[in-house]
Amino acid sequence: MENSILKVEHLNAFFGEARILSDINLEIPVNQIIALMGPSGCGKTTFLRCINRLHELTPGARTEGNIYLFKDDIYRMNLIVLRRKIGMVFQRPNPFPTMSIFENVISGYTLNGISLSKLQKEEIVEDSLRKASLWTEVKDNLHKKGTFLSGGQQQRLCIARSLSMKPDIILFDEPTSSLDPISSNKIEELLLNLKKDYTIIIVTHNLQQAARTSDYTAFFYLGELIEFNKTQLLFSNPAKRQTEDYISGRFG
Amino acid sequence: MRLDKKNSTLNNKTDKKLQRVLLFEKIFQKGLGLTGIILIIILISIFLTLTITSLPSIKHLGIKFIYGKAWNPVTDEYGALPFLIGTLLTSLLALIISTPFAFSTAIFLGEYYPKGLISNIFKNIIELLATIPSVVYGFWGMVVLVPIIRNLELKLHVLPYGVGILTSSIILAIMIIPYSVSLSRQVISMVPPSLKEGAYSLGATRFEVIRKIIIPHTRSGLFASVLLALGRALGETMAVTMLIGNSHYIPKNIFSPGNTMASVIANEFTEATGTIYLSVLIEMGLLLFVVTTLINISGRQIIKHYILH
Amino acid sequence: MDKLIKIRFYKDRLFKGGIILLTVLSTVPLLLILFYIIKQGISSINWDFFINLPKPVGEKGGGIVNALIGSGIIVSCASLMAIPFGALVGLYLSEYKRDKLAYWVGLSVDVLQGIPSIVLGIIIYLWVVKPTGHFSSLSGSIALAIMMLPPIVKSTEETLKLIPGTIKEASLALGVPYYKTILRVILPMGLSGILSGSLLSISRVAGETAPLLFTAFGNPFINTNILKPMSSLPLLIFNYAGSAYEDWHKLAWGASFVLIMMILFLNIVTKILERRWKIQF
Repeated sequence: MENSILKVEHLNAFFGEARILSDINLEIPVNQIIALMGPSGCGKTTFLRCINRLHELTPGARTEGNIYLFKDDIYRMNLIVLRRKIGMVFQRPNPFPTMSIFENVISGYTLNGISLSKLQKEEIVEDSLRKASLWTEVKDNLHKKGTFLSGGQQQRLCIARSLSMKPDIILFDEPTSSLDPISSNKIEELLLNLKKDYTIIIVTHNLQQAARTSDYTAFFYLGELIEFNKTQLLFSNPAKRQTEDYISGRFG
Repeated sequence: MRLDKKNSTLNNKTDKKLQRVLLFEKIFQKGLGLTGIILIIILISIFLTLTITSLPSIKHLGIKFIYGKAWNPVTDEYGALPFLIGTLLTSLLALIISTPFAFSTAIFLGEYYPKGLISNIFKNIIELLATIPSVVYGFWGMVVLVPIIRNLELKLHVLPYGVGILTSSIILAIMIIPYSVSLSRQVISMVPPSLKEGAYSLGATRFEVIRKIIIPHTRSGLFASVLLALGRALGETMAVTMLIGNSHYIPKNIFSPGNTMASVIANEFTEATGTIYLSVLIEMGLLLFVVTTLINISGRQIIKHYILH
Repeated sequence: MDKLIKIRFYKDRLFKGGIILLTVLSTVPLLLILFYIIKQGISSINWDFFINLPKPVGEKGGGIVNALIGSGIIVSCASLMAIPFGALVGLYLSEYKRDKLAYWVGLSVDVLQGIPSIVLGIIIYLWVVKPTGHFSSLSGSIALAIMMLPPIVKSTEETLKLIPGTIKEASLALGVPYYKTILRVILPMGLSGILSGSLLSISRVAGETAPLLFTAFGNPFINTNILKPMSSLPLLIFNYAGSAYEDWHKLAWGASFVLIMMILFLNIVTKILERRWKIQF
């Protein structure tokens, strides 16, 4: 792949003695939506958390192998720099409860001690909220607490929060699993809009969601990457037996 | 290409700052652990200080400290037996008096009325008992309780001191109620409903459920609550000092005046001029420290075990 | 058969009656004590009581200004030492739950909580008073600070433990350094718990006498120098309660009333804080 943004080589991940991921090799193309799917416990979330190195946070967790962001080895990069380049949206919306909507969106800057003028801040907040299609809904309540929003709005607020840092890649860890169908649809539409500026990697165990939104799909099973291909090809003509079983609903 | 450029500028800008951030990061993580270590050091220093300053007494008196009955600072003769007995007697008596009340309240709050207005009122009143300062309990005891006990003693034809072991024990009993209630109430309310429902479905009355299901199930937790209350009672100082009568003799009965280890320390520490005199008082402090610590740790261990199981 | 059921039924009623009776009886002492303090104390409360020094025997009136100022200074100094340190230890315990060191720190906090207050008085006498050669309010504050630590540590730890891990991860995923994540995201969320724990521990030590006997010692005059002996409300109550003079008893009742009201006030504020400041996650 010529336009790859992320290159994963022989990645293994462990929790203590247990091996969660074994020998993952993968190249992720730029400005596409990549879905990671597979049954629960297959390692897809762990893989996602390896990319911004949140995996190492858990006591006893470690990794082997290499991941390159462009040409840089992420295990040699500074954690702080890496995480500013790779944003993340979590399974359940987690706006900072002590902060207003405005403060939440700009929190990446304020918490990192990056000083901005009031105008710059307002620009970034509006821009990020617009991109997260939340602007029109909250523009009159920017100084209310983020926790008063509905679940779907909170999740879009969290998306705006990661967009504000202008990352190259955004990781989504089952972002719609705690939301109602209408809110989920909104988030899916949003993902399609975002891909012209960002590379999106999304973990999902919803097959339809993977088929509807993604350009590429990776299928994980028991800690191994079984298959990675264009979504259309993978769904219409799976190369591996396990993939076929999974997408036809025979397990999981 | 475009992206590469953007990244390199970002790198250069943050490089200097990054070094500082990394330094803070290290200092912070180490510093946080350090606070914990300081706390452990404080505790160990307390133990070591008590032990070292007790050495003159330990050398001078040896085991006699425990069984000696004489207390004479002039001749440097010290036996702590009267105070050991005084401490044990007041604490145990206080436990005997308070436990029926404490357990009843715990059953009331944990089983009969676990929620609602009545429960809140009683819970708050019991909690308030813990907020009243010891010295106020002592004062109240002197003014209100002592005359009552004196009248009782007159009727029973014993020497009407008013102050003494019984008076201190009653006040102590009131003071430790909130400590045993709070734990035993939690333990009782943690009994799984399925256990109780099983018994109810067989036609058991509430009394039978409490006696046959709840109490056996919570036995170790209730025991721990008594143990922790005992730990409180042993070290309680001010109220006891004000009510026990400060006698250096072994109490003959529960109406006699006496002294506890804590009350002797409170009364004589600032007057203790001789090295050995002071050291003896500190040795009593050491003994109090060791005993209350052992009681506390075993109480907590029982609770932890209970919760896990 | 019928008779047996009846007996069981009566036993049940009897037991419940007994439980209720003993529970109600348990509350009687508190009501009696409060009643007595209010009855005896309120009559001595007037403006003069708060601005005058205690008067010598035989003279009517007199106040507790020395003890009020002393209590304020001693408890404030103790809080300044205990709250930041206790909050940091609580933070450490919540962040490093599984560390071996954290286990020992937690155990030390438990042991510290059980130490009789009179023993802490001895310790601070040996650590501070003896080396410096004189009693001082500062030494009293240190003794109280050690007593304040366990509740502050525990309430901080408990509140911080409730904060979902994903909030911390959200901050880290934005590239925020760990220490800033803790200080600017996690600690503000635990503020209500830290504050209520601190207030509670203040209300506990405000009534402590035993650790002050050999440290702050007491002082019949106004003193604001923390290196000199100082009075406090509980010390004043102890000294005057033991006397045989009616006037001094009256002073002690007045002081008891003031002390209890302050403690009750702190407890109520704590309860309100706990309810109001609950942060939604």
